[in-house]
Amino acid sequence: MDWKTLQTAMADQGYIADDDLAMAVHLALALGRPLLLEGAAGVGKTEVARVLSQVQDTQLIRLQCYEGLDAAQAIYEWNYQRQLLSIRAAAEDGETGREVEERIFSEDFLLERPLLKAIRQEKSPVLLIDEVDRADEEFEAYLLEILSEFQVTVPELGTINAVTRPIVILTANGTRDLSDALRRRCLYAHVAYPDRATELAILNARCAGIEEALAGQIIAFVQSLRKEDLEKKPGIAEMLDFAAALMGLGIADLTHDPVVLQASLATLLKTQSDRDNITTEVAQRLAGKAA
Amino acid sequence: MSRVTKFAGRDPGPAARMSGFIAHLRDNGMRLGVGETELGLHALTHVHAPSPHETRHALRAICCGCAEDVERFDDLFDAFWMNGGRVAHKTIPTQTPASDHVHSSRNAKGSDADTGAGAPTTPDGDDGAAEADGEGKLMASIAQATMKKDLRDLVQPEDILQAQKIAERLGAALRDRRSRRRKQARKGDQIHYRKVIRQSLSTGGEPLQLFKKRRPDRPMKIVAICDVSGSMTTYAQVFLAFIAGLMRADTTSDAYLFHTRLVRIAEALRDKDAIRALGRLSVLADGFGGGSKIGASLMQFSRTYARRFVDGRTVVLILSDGYDTDTPELIGEALATLKKRGCKIIWLNPLKGWAGYEPVARGMVAAMPHLDLFRPANRLADLADLERELTRL
Repeated sequence: MDWKTLQTAMADQGYIADDDLAMAVHLALALGRPLLLEGAAGVGKTEVARVLSQVQDTQLIRLQCYEGLDAAQAIYEWNYQRQLLSIRAAAEDGETGREVEERIFSEDFLLERPLLKAIRQEKSPVLLIDEVDRADEEFEAYLLEILSEFQVTVPELGTINAVTRPIVILTANGTRDLSDALRRRCLYAHVAYPDRATELAILNARCAGIEEALAGQIIAFVQSLRKEDLEKKPGIAEMLDFAAALMGLGIADLTHDPVVLQASLATLLKTQSDRDNITTEVAQRLAGKAA
Repeated sequence: MSRVTKFAGRDPGPAARMSGFIAHLRDNGMRLGVGETELGLHALTHVHAPSPHETRHALRAICCGCAEDVERFDDLFDAFWMNGGRVAHKTIPTQTPASDHVHSSRNAKGSDADTGAGAPTTPDGDDGAAEADGEGKLMASIAQATMKKDLRDLVQPEDILQAQKIAERLGAALRDRRSRRRKQARKGDQIHYRKVIRQSLSTGGEPLQLFKKRRPDRPMKIVAICDVSGSMTTYAQVFLAFIAGLMRADTTSDAYLFHTRLVRIAEALRDKDAIRALGRLSVLADGFGGGSKIGASLMQFSRTYARRFVDGRTVVLILSDGYDTDTPELIGEALATLKKRGCKIIWLNPLKGWAGYEPVARGMVAAMPHLDLFRPANRLADLADLERELTRL
């Protein structure tokens, strides 16, 4: 599959990727490298992984990172409860210590967490490591081993090698700077807010049956809203919510009803001060320009 | 710009060109190794290599590591592959900055294009603030300087080394903020009994896992914002050396320059080669020694970067003399916005060291109520003295 085909395939699944992103995803697939996606919140970074798993017709395994995430939650953990029950049961049956030990440290007692699960799939899955910048630096070090060798070492069992190589997608939005070591192992694409044409295509792909005039107005309105001085700029998901809200309310023209427009801004503006900044007058001015 | 570079007939082939390109990027401060050369060649077998469009996208995915790299990549790519025969080995010049004025301040695109052409730039809004300030000696100059200074003449490597030591000490003074409470930690110094007992319930009352706890670090991050306008030229040497030292000593710190606009310099200053770092800085700091818009720059900072990088555990260090061509209210407003993020604000003013100095510049007056600390500083030694103050903060 070349990158144009991939771009079309993604578009068929409802994701409009620009050339830069499509090429980066294509290379990540072709070269078997992890892909690091950076960009503001709400530009569709996580969505890339979901769509890619559909395009490749494979499973999506997701690891959501957070502060304090450790190996036990990300890679594997022993099933302590089950081990303990086994020991008790074994004691009643009069089994010897050696056998019990062999048994309770076998694969049956190993709980797979996303990273281990991802390397043990029959068909290479898409592994999404979401918001990797939220995890601690120590966790980044674990990731490095897995991303470069695709193997996991369990001291009691030995090294588990990957059956298939997962397609790895990492996302980050700048909570902290990632280490150079991690960046160097990944291909990189910066996902920006889409331009007008792209965003219109996204809207048409996602909201089938939206009227052309209204779609144009929505995009123009949201694009000019992003230029305003806001704390949290509306992303693509917000834009789609906004469109869905307007369609649900049966609005055909943004300028018609200021009250309804102001109410539907709840889908776009997510902080108090942003709501205060975009007064009815401002919203009307933007809508007027968009029309 | 539009033609693809013609390489000489004795050119040994694509592999050599690729390594030439990677070396060209490396010369310009991107952190790349042999691995990327190989990966780049490999990648081109998967795309239609003769098409510049595809090659550009493919190499961008491989060579860039952060958003700032992405911004610079196009210029560097054009310089190497698309200049119709001449291969510019260093886009970052030795004396005069060339065409790739790279800076991460988003709003500055327009004025940047002006300065690049070498044309005199539009002066700031002449709202008369400068005249109102003037006792005649120290005035914030209105026009953006057309003269370009090379910062390498100003800052000596020895200074950086010394500044680095001072910055390390300051960083340590700020950082030593241990909490009283203990939190669960993998490598703790005490056993977390509460958690051990709770967890033991699920294993039939047998404590199989030992949890530890320790006092968490509460590191303070330093964000330095340095004024490099005309009135600050004589002090810039000290401050820039200090910031360069700070950046190298402490990986969590962040730095910005401003004159008539704000520029993030942290990425440039982290360059392993200290002299090259200053070279990159000179390109960024185009407009150095010109007018100053403290209020507008601080406002831009508090609206953009501060949202990502400033929180309750940040110390914002402003190095400026407070002579501004903007309305002074803007400074107060900007600092108030910044203060709301919970950070500490320290203003270091070189003029405060003078006998009989009073902060009468209107900008300074507006800023005073928002400052946690207002101190003189015009030598490295003064900065070193800050250590005691910072521990108390």
